[in-house]
Amino acid sequence: MSPRTQAPPTSSPREVRTAAPEEADTPGPASGSGTAWRGPRRRRVGLPLLLVLPTIAVLVGALGYPVAWQVATSFQEFGLKQQFGLPPEFVGLANYTAIFTDPTLWTILGRSLLFCLVCAFATVLIGGLLALLMKRVGTVVRLVLQVSMLLAWAMPLVAAMTVWVWLVDWRRGALNWLLTRVGVDASGHNWLAEPATFFAIAAIIVVWMSVPFVALSLYAGLTQIPEEVLEAAAMDDAAGIQRVRLIILPLVAPVLSIVLLLQIIWDLRVFTQIKLLQDAGGVANETHLLGTYIYQLGVGSGDFGAASAVSIVMLLITVAVSWYYVRSLMKEEAA
Amino acid sequence: MRSARVATSLFSLLAIAIALVWAFPVYWMLNSSLLPNVVLQSATPTFLPWGGSLDNFAAVFADGGFLPALAVSLTVTLATVAATLVIAFLGALAVSRFRFRGRRSFILALLLIQMLPAEGLFIAQYKMMSSVGLLNNVVGLTILYTAAVVPFTVWMLRGFVAGIPVELEEAGMVDGLSRTQAFLRITFPLLAPGLVASGVYAFLQAWNEFTIALVVMTEDQAKTLPLWLRGFVQASASRETDWGMVMAASTLVALPVIVFFLIVQGRMSSGLVGGAVKG
Repeated sequence: MSPRTQAPPTSSPREVRTAAPEEADTPGPASGSGTAWRGPRRRRVGLPLLLVLPTIAVLVGALGYPVAWQVATSFQEFGLKQQFGLPPEFVGLANYTAIFTDPTLWTILGRSLLFCLVCAFATVLIGGLLALLMKRVGTVVRLVLQVSMLLAWAMPLVAAMTVWVWLVDWRRGALNWLLTRVGVDASGHNWLAEPATFFAIAAIIVVWMSVPFVALSLYAGLTQIPEEVLEAAAMDDAAGIQRVRLIILPLVAPVLSIVLLLQIIWDLRVFTQIKLLQDAGGVANETHLLGTYIYQLGVGSGDFGAASAVSIVMLLITVAVSWYYVRSLMKEEAA
Repeated sequence: MRSARVATSLFSLLAIAIALVWAFPVYWMLNSSLLPNVVLQSATPTFLPWGGSLDNFAAVFADGGFLPALAVSLTVTLATVAATLVIAFLGALAVSRFRFRGRRSFILALLLIQMLPAEGLFIAQYKMMSSVGLLNNVVGLTILYTAAVVPFTVWMLRGFVAGIPVELEEAGMVDGLSRTQAFLRITFPLLAPGLVASGVYAFLQAWNEFTIALVVMTEDQAKTLPLWLRGFVQASASRETDWGMVMAASTLVALPVIVFFLIVQGRMSSGLVGGAVKG
């Protein structure tokens, strides 16, 4: 799709300069052609490394070290006593055995995955339908819809959460008023008190927040489809659904798969939404997802060993799911 | 023809309706922020802020928590933006202007790190910050935020740097500039839009961040704005809340973000979906 992927590797002077094999850190003979570069090139071996040094330093310091500590701690007994000075004791896989034999983790893992997949697929489905709708309506209406999407997307997470908590508030929230108006007696009902309705509310909020990105990205993908293709399809009398399935879907498949993947990765880590809904009256113990569970283990119970083990599990899942996405971005980079 | 026009107007109506539903929470925040609490506590919601006032905003400023939280948030956010821009700019320069050993692995690592969830790391980050005495410290939080934002910023800036032809620099060098001069006088000014977009991205991330702050900023005087807002949500579980004031506070937190977001949005999403959308 991208024109960049088709560019021959030696089409410009810049590419000539950079055409040396990836692993060569000394200037290859291929780069000897541009006279203007002869002087500066001598420094180039050390310079790029100097340039990436700050990035590496901050990443190793603030992320690498914690990951290493976490791996180490996941093999240690590290509870409240250790926080008050007792040296941590190496216990091998005991933390992992403990969390994996505890049904709590499986419940939370299953719940997190289910919540994540429901939200991600609902988001992509609604986002896709809205993208098609944007394509179907006139410019003014489309702009109205796009501005509305942008507003929802731009809302800071916590500010959006305070509004939603106010909307679903059991005393004076607009939701209960509306439901009562349309005939469902919901006055005084606390939706956050029951896990099922708690997650329904959470899913609505997550989908509301995520749809704009998907809708606008997919709309951008749709605008890349040449008009002639769609016109030809219309002339062949292809019905709406057929047109979507046979012509549009294959053409937007690359964008579609990336936004779906990103949604899955993002929805696996919903923390703020769950945490704030718990704060607002949810029963924390029955509504944990992976993130809030780790928080509860570490900050709540002070069991850093178990919290680290669950964190490692979460990181591994994320890396596994992200791999495809990262590879697809790298392919573009390699061009 | 006629039926097609009917269909289009139906679709338009549907689109307008969806637009209203989607923007409603944002509208509701503004509406509630202008209404006095007496009105908000009545059984029937008031949908238009007629007769409203800015009293709720005055109440926010009068609240003892707002200004200190604003100071913490502004300090951390601006420091994060500054640190991120310097670090990511150098990194982006390296990956887009040079080929060096390990370049591919470096980019791969950045992209992977950018996907790591804060929730998978924050216990260890808390422990690390507490052992070096940087809990409840803006410096500590800035370091964590910078590390969280730098990977994507390098990736985003890389696109901007790569978009400026090296030929321009080379032309300058033919005219007698040194390589550094050519870079500073020719490439750097052309990069301004990229730096603005990256700065705004870093600003949005740091300003909105909740998860890491929740763990490392535990004391009241170290709270950022999102943590301060959370206090009201917590309080609402057990007692009547002054929702007008909370909505005014949320509005104050959201306004700069919405403005900045509209500036940077296009660039950010094209970075996320990569080459899948030509942009």
